[in-house]
Amino acid sequence: MSGTFVGMPAFPEASSRAVDDAQLRYNLRKATHTIRARRAAVVGEQPDWAELRAAGAAIKDRTLRHLDVYLERLESAVTAAGGHVHWAEDAAEANRIIVDLVKATGETEVVKVKSMATQEIELNSALAAAGIRAYETDLAELIVQLGDDLPSHILVPAIHRNRAEIREIFTGRMAAWGRPAPENLEDDPRALAEAARLHLRERFLSAKVGISGANFAVAETGTLVVLESEGNGRMCLTLPETLISVVGIEKIVPTWRDLEVFMQLLPRSSTGERMNPYTSTWTGATEGQDFHLVLVDNGRTSVLADRVGRQALRCIRCSACLNVCPVYERAGGHAYGSVYPGPIGAILTPQLHGIAGPLEESLPYASTLCGACYEVCPVAIDIPEVLLDLRAKVVTKGHRGERLAMGAARRVLDNPKWLAMAQRSAGRLRRWAPRRLPGPLSAWSDTREVPVPPRESFRDWWVRRPNQEGDR
Amino acid sequence: MRVALFVTCVNDTLFPGTGRATVRLLERLGCTVEFPLEQTCCGQMHFNTGYRDDARPLARRFTAVFDGYDAVVVPSGSCAAMVREWYPSLGVEPPAGVYELSEFLVDVLKVTDVGAYFPHTVTYHPTCHSLRSLKVGSRPFDLLSQVRGLTLVPLGGADECCGFGGTFSLKNSAVSAAMCADKVRGVLDTGAEVLCAADNSCLMHIGGSLARQRTGVRVVHLAEILASTEEDPA
Repeated sequence: MSGTFVGMPAFPEASSRAVDDAQLRYNLRKATHTIRARRAAVVGEQPDWAELRAAGAAIKDRTLRHLDVYLERLESAVTAAGGHVHWAEDAAEANRIIVDLVKATGETEVVKVKSMATQEIELNSALAAAGIRAYETDLAELIVQLGDDLPSHILVPAIHRNRAEIREIFTGRMAAWGRPAPENLEDDPRALAEAARLHLRERFLSAKVGISGANFAVAETGTLVVLESEGNGRMCLTLPETLISVVGIEKIVPTWRDLEVFMQLLPRSSTGERMNPYTSTWTGATEGQDFHLVLVDNGRTSVLADRVGRQALRCIRCSACLNVCPVYERAGGHAYGSVYPGPIGAILTPQLHGIAGPLEESLPYASTLCGACYEVCPVAIDIPEVLLDLRAKVVTKGHRGERLAMGAARRVLDNPKWLAMAQRSAGRLRRWAPRRLPGPLSAWSDTREVPVPPRESFRDWWVRRPNQEGDR
Repeated sequence: MRVALFVTCVNDTLFPGTGRATVRLLERLGCTVEFPLEQTCCGQMHFNTGYRDDARPLARRFTAVFDGYDAVVVPSGSCAAMVREWYPSLGVEPPAGVYELSEFLVDVLKVTDVGAYFPHTVTYHPTCHSLRSLKVGSRPFDLLSQVRGLTLVPLGGADECCGFGGTFSLKNSAVSAAMCADKVRGVLDTGAEVLCAADNSCLMHIGGSLARQRTGVRVVHLAEILASTEEDPA
């Protein structure tokens, strides 16, 4: 059973621990730079990328504006095709529905396709509490599950692990979950993948219940769409007698023509491929399979109500923003304290949870506002804009010391005479300028020299300058 | 043309040499520069940290002080971006004609050879807000490549953030320092004597680290290199 994110420390604390982990930083740097370069290459070859991106954003915005209409359209289409649609307001309700559905089959094991929605609602814990064992079948999710670990990336949940660590996890833990790892397993990627294949194949063939998410839900026909690389998804979607798909309400696209835009945007942005290896689509109950769609809100409608923050609901979970983020690269995914790490997590988590505690308060500040995330986002989510908006909300709660300091700074800066006085005092005291700063400012002088104030400010130089025509 | 200098509070208080260089450069190029003394700060620190009610009066002050000029020249990419990109979200309409220095030189004065002399090996850090908010693109490179005596060497990973981020450098100092360490390594790998940028806040951060490590690499603002001459070297 993988762990949960409950009770995670605030970002500064968690990220400074990650920074000290040299192995983690090496793994992350190597992995993010590799995907970053691949994405840049395949996006660069697409001459109409800017138009595709604008279209993606526009389709998502229109869908979100009329979400009620499209959701009901999706429900009727799925129902007409023999599926069952369930509505869940929050994680607890979604988990209750899913547990009851699995119990009704009489099964105690399920196979899972990689899904952010089920991670978000912590479905595996809920299933375990009901005596049902969930088997992750995505290679990276398997590594996380076997290692009793937490995901640290949206697309590559085990990005923080290198192949030597994966070999150790496989040899040590596979036997407890089913077929053990082969004797003398090497840490060569092909051997590791083969070990996972053999381990997982038994699951695929025996499982009676499959649980998936979906990348998209096409309202006009009630079709669900999953994009993947390994084929495990295809197995889990087609072999079990019962399929339960857990989908956030923002995953909807109105028509197949709309889907076409995202089929170009998503693979290039996520894995850096022109096209992903497996795309599965299914409509309702097919070939006698019992099909259930669980539509999950879990905070999304309150995000939708926020004029600035709602653009986060455009997200198609590609993780391009993670791969390009200099902060994510050093801090790692766990520091963000949720299944949604990186820049998108920094704006999604505080919105989905509300600014509920130290973690959510710290996330909007987990960015230098460098803008690299916005630049690569395939649906043009202006992440810096949402971060700034969230910061304005955070400072209304507590933060007394900082608020007083900011207020004092503003009063000086809003008065040219006081500013000039402050500058002259600093100039006079310059020879006593400290090398180490006190209190919270010591964070600066721990690694950087402190600038020494000049003898004369610019404005004093200007005033003293002869024959100026400037406005005095 | 009525040209006003918005020197920025950071330059005014800590790096007046950049302001003096900007004046010298613009006057050499035939501009009459005004410095309205009522100017203070664009409000970026308050805005970026979430204190919009503190940022708003500073934005209103800026707008009142610089209203009516043909051009307002700002030797800081992030302050120019604050005014142009973010004032509207404070309900403040920014004055027209606010230019970051390299934009003003290349787009308004239409010069790339500013008659500068700077006989040193230089590498350039483009800074995030110049790069991605203002999209100044090749302008600083076009200007530097015309400086006599200057050898420009490319900086690896140039478009990666240095980790300053205003109050980020204090709130998330460990990550900030880790980002800075990689930027410093990139600078040292170039073998340049001088690191140049168009934003002294980023240079204060990278330069503070270069100095702490006793690397001997100098940080110099773009304005100071462009103002530099044989008679009056930077």
